[in-house]
Amino acid sequence: MNRKEKEEYLREYGQLKAEGEPFFPYSVAQDSIMAVVVMAIIIGMSLVLGAELGPKADPTSTTYVPRPEWYFFFLFELLRIIKPPQLVPLATIGVPTIAIILLMLLPFYDRGAERHPLRRPIATTAGILAIFAMGYLTYMGASAGSPNEIEMKAPSGLTGAALVQWEQGKTVVGQSGCLACHQIGENGNDGLGPKLTHIANKLPEQAIAQTLRNPTSPMPSFKGLEESNPAKFKAMVAFLGQLN
Amino acid sequence: MPDLKKLLPPIPDSLKLQPRRAGTKNPGNALDQAAESGIHAGAWLDERLQLSGAVRWALFRKVPRHDWTYSLGSSVMFAFLSQAVTGVFLAMAYDPSTTGAYESIRYTTNEAFLGAFLRGMHKWGSTVMVVLVFLHMAQTFFYGAYKYPRELNWVIGVVLLILTMTMSFTGYLLPFDQRSYWATIVGVNINGTGPIAGPYLSDFLRAGPEFGAMTLSRFYAIHMLLVPGAIGAMIGAHLWLVMRLGTTSPPWNKPRKKADA
Ligand code: HEC
Ligand code: HEM
Repeated sequence: MNRKEKEEYLREYGQLKAEGEPFFPYSVAQDSIMAVVVMAIIIGMSLVLGAELGPKADPTSTTYVPRPEWYFFFLFELLRIIKPPQLVPLATIGVPTIAIILLMLLPFYDRGAERHPLRRPIATTAGILAIFAMGYLTYMGASAGSPNEIEMKAPSGLTGAALVQWEQGKTVVGQSGCLACHQIGENGNDGLGPKLTHIANKLPEQAIAQTLRNPTSPMPSFKGLEESNPAKFKAMVAFLGQLN
Repeated sequence: MPDLKKLLPPIPDSLKLQPRRAGTKNPGNALDQAAESGIHAGAWLDERLQLSGAVRWALFRKVPRHDWTYSLGSSVMFAFLSQAVTGVFLAMAYDPSTTGAYESIRYTTNEAFLGAFLRGMHKWGSTVMVVLVFLHMAQTFFYGAYKYPRELNWVIGVVLLILTMTMSFTGYLLPFDQRSYWATIVGVNINGTGPIAGPYLSDFLRAGPEFGAMTLSRFYAIHMLLVPGAIGAMIGAHLWLVMRLGTTSPPWNKPRKKADA
């Protein structure tokens, strides 16, 4: 906006303001009605939907799929779309940071005098696209269910104790939230982490155990499980070690 | 003045409002005296606080014609107030230690009077607040309200958006159940993958390289003191600018009378 446009705006605004109504009681009444509606919605949601409390946090067992509050789904989902490891920092911090900076500086690069949405086609289109992108990512995040089960047949060679351990390992892996980030066979998300379907071809059991104890972020460490329940941990490693 | 007399119940004469005759020393009846002392107390306070001018200006300043979407900002504020009030009551029974947190929330949920209702209000209030913040942002965006002279109000708004998201991220851990614990670990780890500041940020959040007892206290302090204080201050600045600059009128509104050029 140049000087002339600014003066023009201020003059027109002064006129509009002079023609307006006093804040009290007109705006106050309108805002109060909205306040009642907001409170009614909150109270209604509290009564109908309640507040559940899951099992107590237990660093040693991980029978939960890490899932953020739904309005963070779009961020989580961004991580699933941008896969290559060298790009992960870009997805996790880069894209959101750039988006926030762009958002914050908006008034300083969009300086046109026009305010009508239909006469600002670029801004309006960008806004609508952003809404659709976030809506889509949120929907994807919400529908990427969180199955805690792995459907997979035991390799034919396994018998006896080894088979029992394999089955136990499958259950433990299923319950431990690995599927939130990894795909194993038909289950899980091809998300943050690499596919584990054929992990044994790539890593020996020892290395898998080492990864679980000492993973690279963002994968959580499962050292606590090994300390509290070595049998479960071993079963998990044994199961993964058979995935070839 | 509408005729209120018809609405009055039969009351004793001594309490009826009576016009005072000019020049009389008559102190009037009980109601007159009460009104009088109220006026005196108000005048006494105002002489010392010097507020009535500002209040009169704030209440009776003119606001351009607008539509219902202009109430989204104040709706966010009410959602925030509701969060503050329910949060204070939740804090009364909350124990920010790794050993006690879950138990104290379980007590609030299952045993405390109206505890589950209170938690529900706080939990769903956060959802409502986040949705309203985004709607309010969309409204000011599409109406072009971030343009001259309101640029700084938009910047403050973006800070409020970040603070609101921080509230919901830190609050999620506090019940300390499985879901909140593991989601937060992953969230903090994701922060850690960021370039340069990432590892420092996640060390700061965890209060060290490992997720431990201090982490919960840290989240608690951030959620209860740091961020709400910052939000309060920022809302103050936001509203100050809104009042000084005035709210916009929808861009399709033009003055009825042509501005005299
Ligand atoms: C928050 C998401 C997340 C969760 C939950 C998670 N992982 Fe990972 N995992 C990752 C990421 C990301 C990598 C890749 C790290 C890297 O590139 O070094 C990884 C790597 C691995 C690797 C090494 C893969 C390779 O090709 O080098 C194994 C094995 C593994 N995870 C197993 C598991 C198991 C078993 C579980 C559950 C007990 C689990 N993960 C839970 C994110 C996760
Ligand atoms: C805690 C969060 C927030 C609160 C409590 C809040 C409150 C308010 C209120 C009460 C108003 C005046 C009435 C109205 O126009 O709606 C307002 C105006 C405004 N807000 Fe916010 N707001 C918040 C967040 C934001 C965000 C995230 C943005 C954008 C990034 C923003 C940008 C603006 C702008 C530009 C105006 C001026 C609107 C106009 O003059 O028409 N605010 N805010």
